[in-house]
Amino acid sequence: MAEQVLTDFIRALRSADVRVSTGEAIDAANAVKLMGYADRTRLSDTLRCVLAKSPAEKATHDRLFDLYFSRKAPETPSPETDDSSEDGDEGGSDMLDLIESGDETQIAMALEQAGEEAGIAEIRFSTQVPYFAQQMMKAMGVERLEGQMMDAFREKTDEGDERAQELIDGRAEMFQRTRDHAQRAFETFGAGATEQFRDEFLSDKRITQLDRRDLDRMRSLVEKMAKRLAVKHSRRRRKKNRGQLDVRKTLRANAGYDGVPFDLAWKQKKRDRPKIIAICDVSGSVAQVVRFFLMLLYSLHDTVPDLRAFAFSGRLEDVGDILETEDFTAAMDRIINQIGMRSTDYGQSLSDLKVDHWQAIDRRATVIILGDGRSNYGDPRVDLLSEMTARAKRTLWLSPEPESMWGSGDSELLRYQAYCDKMVHVMTIKDLERVVDEVLASYN
Amino acid sequence: MSASDNKNGYEPITSIDAITDGLGSVGYISTREISTAVYLAHNLRKPILIEGPAGVGKTDLAASMARWLDAPLTRLQCYEGLDEGKALYEWKYGKQLLYTQLLKEKLGEVMEGASTLEASFDKLTSFEDLFFSESFLEPRPLLTAMKQSTGSVLLIDEIDKSDEEFEAFLLEVLSDYQVTVPEIGTIRADVPPLVLLTSNNIRELGDALKRRCLHLHIDFPDATREREIVRARVPNVSDDLLKQLVAFVQGLREMDIRKRPSISETVDWARTLILMHANELDEAMVRSTLNVLLKHESDIASVDREILPLARKAAAETNTERLATGYPAAE
Repeated sequence: MAEQVLTDFIRALRSADVRVSTGEAIDAANAVKLMGYADRTRLSDTLRCVLAKSPAEKATHDRLFDLYFSRKAPETPSPETDDSSEDGDEGGSDMLDLIESGDETQIAMALEQAGEEAGIAEIRFSTQVPYFAQQMMKAMGVERLEGQMMDAFREKTDEGDERAQELIDGRAEMFQRTRDHAQRAFETFGAGATEQFRDEFLSDKRITQLDRRDLDRMRSLVEKMAKRLAVKHSRRRRKKNRGQLDVRKTLRANAGYDGVPFDLAWKQKKRDRPKIIAICDVSGSVAQVVRFFLMLLYSLHDTVPDLRAFAFSGRLEDVGDILETEDFTAAMDRIINQIGMRSTDYGQSLSDLKVDHWQAIDRRATVIILGDGRSNYGDPRVDLLSEMTARAKRTLWLSPEPESMWGSGDSELLRYQAYCDKMVHVMTIKDLERVVDEVLASYN
Repeated sequence: MSASDNKNGYEPITSIDAITDGLGSVGYISTREISTAVYLAHNLRKPILIEGPAGVGKTDLAASMARWLDAPLTRLQCYEGLDEGKALYEWKYGKQLLYTQLLKEKLGEVMEGASTLEASFDKLTSFEDLFFSESFLEPRPLLTAMKQSTGSVLLIDEIDKSDEEFEAFLLEVLSDYQVTVPEIGTIRADVPPLVLLTSNNIRELGDALKRRCLHLHIDFPDATREREIVRARVPNVSDDLLKQLVAFVQGLREMDIRKRPSISETVDWARTLILMHANELDEAMVRSTLNVLLKHESDIASVDREILPLARKAAAETNTERLATGYPAAE
């Protein structure tokens, strides 16, 4: 019986996105066997130590633990009373009643209302479907239902267990329905008719069209990307270390051993540590791309310790300090608001760079400029770019505009292109990953 | 508890309170959470992963455990590029060479009687095994900890600074308490060491590692515990000053600064204030010693204006307590 309590609790944890592996479940069982159920604080301490592995998970654990092992002690169910059935009646949630009633019109109405509360008309991408489904569930009182689920578990009677299973099934059924509803909403609001749908779908992943709402998820995506890049490039570094035997060094190192080569020294290619200088136009539509580009670079901190970031529109400023020390999102917002407000002037910004930060650019550095090259017909100072290219290891230009737009209107990209090692169009964060990957590879 | 406890070289730990008391006896003020984690780690034979901001006593916990249990402490400091050779073992090349030289003269005697090439080869082979035996092995921290026959405390410090490859390599050590040396075989710990890993969250650790560890998050202490800690480290601090300085530091931690003062900095500050014969906090005193607590010029500048209100609040702490004496403490 005691084990059942624990498995149910782990089930509840898993449903709340705390990842509990089988191994950890066994650990928990052993730990509880050691500690016993009698002392609740001790039990809570034990389980949060064994099962919750981050501050966020610990918070979830504490919430669920209170919910699950709440006021009523778990060993109170008295078999003679029939309050289990009473409980079921009085606490019947509207959500479950709805499902059980099978009244399709009522259900549809409830779904509509929940959808409205969740602001489902805002849905734009298919990836938002689960999010909106979750919001709708919340609007329909899923938390109360979960509370009842816990209550039912706690009864530890067959009826209670049955009731709990019913509630779980009901929740699952409701979740399916809200999902369907959200999916339909996506098709209506987000996608529209076929032609439009295709356009929208393509732009789904276009950075400039991403919503603030997606920022968190994008962030974790970018971090994963950074991790992948870091692993890839640190491995390569190690492999390169096994070079040819360095005879001179080996003999010198082993002179003490009578010249018998015990400590071997290998020839090593002298390899520079990656150094990236990011120069970003933070005006208008480019700003959004810059946000993700810098996010990616700053997530790569371990791999690229030498990272400088400059932002400009009218004038250029060093933004490395702000980004490194403050919360990234807030820092980025501030940069865009403060620096991005002036009218764009590439020539002035390049000359600011020359005056204040020219020494940062050396033969180790890869300079990456992110901008649309629209300089309001000012002098583009191509001479400065050419001078910079000569100093740096490589100069890359990323443009959020497609090639067909380069050089149109006030765009100076074609003139700049002549002095860059490479100029590419970046649209999605995948493009950004590819660029950074290539830059890191060039240091191997 | 179970019979396996008897295998331990050090005294078996029987209860959570015993840990709190034991750690207290060597000057480490534990909390319920910390003691529970240690108790579990000891009884379930699991490593503890300790996370939390810098300077809250993560490393010190391991040192105190070792002191209390009177067990050797093996410390492995992680850094970028740490590899097996530095963490596990290396061959003693010099010693191997020396022995070869010495044996050279004996070679004739040894080879005596071996008439064929094959026979001498066999004889030589037996020496090869000799050279790659434990006496030529230079143990590094991990192997040292495995070989302690009476149990030990193994501290793997700042695991987040090591590479992901090293993290993967640690998995074998942490789950089975054994290490494999190809030439010799598997070396298993008779008494599994108590393993503590610390992390400052410079990078996110892998799930596999987290799964194998108990998890303990140590945050900055509350005022009561911080007072106990400072009292334990700086016994000659007066009650009033202690209350005030802890209240001040606690207030400072709530502000928006780059590096919040850690416990060790509170302790340093307490010592500084005593050196300056302070009995109470006052603004001038705080201002002149603030660099003990805050290590960034920008932090000191941004806090400057808040010094007076914070110091006043801290001073009020003792005044109200003084008024309230005779009543049960509200805390």
